[in-house]
Amino acid sequence: MSDSTCPSEARAQDAATPAGHLDPRDRAIVLATQAGLPLVPDPWGAVGRRVGMSGDEVLARMQAMAARGVIRRVAAVPNHYRLGYVANGMSVWDVDDAEIDRLGREVAAIEGVSHCYRRPRHRPHWPFNLFAMLHGHSREEVERQAEVLRARLGEACRDHRILYSSRILKKTGLRLGAGGPGSDTQRRD
Amino acid sequence: MPVDPRDLDALDRRLIDCYQRRLPVCIRPFARMAERLGTSEAEVIARLERLLALGVVSRVGPVFDHARAGASLLAAVSVPDAEREACAAIVNRAPGVNHNYARDHAYNLWFVMTAPDEAVLASRLDRLEATLGYPLLRLPMLEGYHIDLAIPIPWAELEGTCPP
Repeated sequence: MSDSTCPSEARAQDAATPAGHLDPRDRAIVLATQAGLPLVPDPWGAVGRRVGMSGDEVLARMQAMAARGVIRRVAAVPNHYRLGYVANGMSVWDVDDAEIDRLGREVAAIEGVSHCYRRPRHRPHWPFNLFAMLHGHSREEVERQAEVLRARLGEACRDHRILYSSRILKKTGLRLGAGGPGSDTQRRD
Repeated sequence: MPVDPRDLDALDRRLIDCYQRRLPVCIRPFARMAERLGTSEAEVIARLERLLALGVVSRVGPVFDHARAGASLLAAVSVPDAEREACAAIVNRAPGVNHNYARDHAYNLWFVMTAPDEAVLASRLDRLEATLGYPLLRLPMLEGYHIDLAIPIPWAELEGTCPP
């Protein structure tokens, strides 16, 4: 997503999972591929030449990381902004705690919603506990999507806001620094 | 600026539709894709290069599960408008910050901080909070209901929104 909040955020309860899923050879492959695969007939061999492994080993390790869930998927990641999704809003909702899991799953399936998360309230300043990123071709379309969400949430929802981003002040894709995940050696996108 | 969807032909669109979620992790992946699309490996590679150059595709490669690669947290802070630039610069300089957005709300700066683990994350946030002098709203993800970024692209509709 080109301009959405927190695509690189970890789920809180999983975040304690040790990064030890990655041995040094896995880590070398991650570092060599996180900006993208070489677009050549044998990308694994090309990566292997950069990290000193055979193409077979690179492919096997990629498959293993995918099986373990370290790699969620390998994809041609689209830039939705360039595809005309120029409007996006972070919609935040104050939803009944007893209903939020059921409603969160329903909201996540609504068209235009990308990320949908439960987060803690911080009353009195921040009563909202459900976050849904909305994407449309115009602000009006985002507002219409929010209306659909409002209707779906019904009486379980007490209040909501849509926060539009007025400026991107920094945006970096996940960069596993050479010193370890989340280290200070992240590069700008 | 968005691209004019008319610059993307049927093959470009099928490439995006079929592979925005997942492409094959196998020997000669682009040849496998070509087989499915009814074209050549060289054509798939050339198309992907062009889509990257156009910025329609931001990257062809792995999407990592960040939860397994450390800790991170969405945070927001409310700062006076006059100090927003200076505060944004402080946030951007803080270690581990990878997204920072100005938003139209009393909480006007929103950013994601990452760290190798929860303890380092907490200390980075504490340090940033002290430097800024304003309390951070800490919003850890408690549950993720949907983390698939694929959105079906309504090509016909997109064309309708473009001036002739």
